[in-house]
Amino acid sequence: MNKPMIKFVQGNEACVEGALYAGIDFYAGYPITPSTEVAELLAAKLPQKGGKFIQMEDEIASMCAIIGASLTGHKVMTATSGPGFSLKQEALGYACMAEIPCVVVNVQRGGPSTGNPTHVSQGDVNQARWGTHGDHSIIALTASNHQDVFAMTVDAFNLAETYRTPVILLLDEAVGHMREKLVVPEKGAIPLVDRLRTDVGKGVDYHPYLPREDGRLPMSDFGGDHRYNVTGLFHDMWGFPSNNPTVVNGLLHHLVDKIENNIQAITRYKEHFLDGAEYVLVSYGSSARSAIHLAKNRRARGERIGVLELQSLWPFPEALIRDRCRGAKAVVVVEMNMGQVMRHVKAAVDDPERVFLANRIDGKLITPTDIKKLLRVIQGMGV
Amino acid sequence: MIKRTRLVFSGSGGQGVITAAIILAEAAVIHGGMNATQSQSYGAAARGGATRSDVILSDSEIYFPGVTQPNILVCLTQEAYTSFSPIIRPGGLLLTDSKFVTTVKKVDAKQIELPIFETVIEKIGKPIVFNICVLGALLGISDMLDPAWVMEVIKTRVPEDFIDMNNRALDLGLVMGSQYKI
Repeated sequence: MNKPMIKFVQGNEACVEGALYAGIDFYAGYPITPSTEVAELLAAKLPQKGGKFIQMEDEIASMCAIIGASLTGHKVMTATSGPGFSLKQEALGYACMAEIPCVVVNVQRGGPSTGNPTHVSQGDVNQARWGTHGDHSIIALTASNHQDVFAMTVDAFNLAETYRTPVILLLDEAVGHMREKLVVPEKGAIPLVDRLRTDVGKGVDYHPYLPREDGRLPMSDFGGDHRYNVTGLFHDMWGFPSNNPTVVNGLLHHLVDKIENNIQAITRYKEHFLDGAEYVLVSYGSSARSAIHLAKNRRARGERIGVLELQSLWPFPEALIRDRCRGAKAVVVVEMNMGQVMRHVKAAVDDPERVFLANRIDGKLITPTDIKKLLRVIQGMGV
Repeated sequence: MIKRTRLVFSGSGGQGVITAAIILAEAAVIHGGMNATQSQSYGAAARGGATRSDVILSDSEIYFPGVTQPNILVCLTQEAYTSFSPIIRPGGLLLTDSKFVTTVKKVDAKQIELPIFETVIEKIGKPIVFNICVLGALLGISDMLDPAWVMEVIKTRVPEDFIDMNNRALDLGLVMGSQYKI
């Protein structure tokens, strides 16, 4: 992989290429439509580069397996869809609490329950944020095209290592199954974040949960030089359970602050035709393709429509949205659910009554025409 | 050269409709330096049942990957023809196989019926390359891509022993299609 390589692939394969580029060396999963190609391709490719692929008995076990592998020093990922993502939630909370870097891909399909397996949806946005119980913070990224799927996958690994946290990669069926061009960049073109390992020597006391001055926690490969405890309970700097109010208070603040205080560094987005836009479409994932398509066509006819494409959904980029939507005649959130991001956009902007929802929830990819019809109503031009 | 071509391939599961669509789009990207998207309605049924695949080829960025009004429509079953012939862009190109589809006059399109399946059976004897022959016919009619690019892609996707057969199927299609060159 020494020069850029052009491929024509599905979005799921772009995700696999991104993971390999980022240095994945362990994958555990249980196949489920529409994410199966991720497992299928990694089963073939990971062993070729010395990595391990395990098909586990279910999604719960898969999540637990990647957590364990990550603790021992590996870069790990699992992929699933709605029903499987529900099963992973308990262990996901454990990874948040124990601060274990991992990447969880959710190629969204219609839900709830087994829902609409082979059709597109973006119904898991809030589940990515609050699927597991208790106060915590999390990072969720998304992408609308294969080049960005690749880039966001690499980013997901990097952010997981930087912040010692699970990172959710929220793709959707339309992007996952569609084929288009992917240019795999040459090695070194995208910087990679490697595991921050402790420099405490063997036999010297290692405090797994004692943050450095910059807030980061160097890790020690579990089973290696240091003996330490890992638990889902609130814990002290040794990793041992504690219900000391000071310890509990400090740890919960740490878990939330390490992400929320870095929102600017974590936020990823793209602007399309936003200069002087009177109408701002806020969108993400495959919906954003339709939003950009519409904005581009309307711009050519002199209408001032722009798109703010979100590539990170959690932590929610409130300040960015407030800023880019300021002064817009209307803000239209384009998504394939009942308004999961729309509600957060309403909470973020100065004029929530100017925020509208252009959605589609029937398993079909929302079209530029669907969005245009709503815009016409908002513009007072009839149905 | 057309700046943007929108195609819909339709037929029945197992005819290789989706594979043909993928090969065409891949050739455009890998060898033609173009942008392309290929998407399909994805259901539980693999063989039998109607299948449809949408392909867009373009010099510029492609955002919405669906095709609402194809310039080029390929229908390989009567059911597909009935379902999709109404969506063709007026004056577009509609390619059908004469064994499987009986066309009707009212469709506003340049309708080309070719005995692709029967020719494949007669000259090659294996229905498995029917889809490649359809691709050949399409490239014979409209020179949207260099057939050599398509052959390069086929080489990467089929076992070595089958390359020659695919090559013959593509050529057969090209000859059939070129009588109707547009």
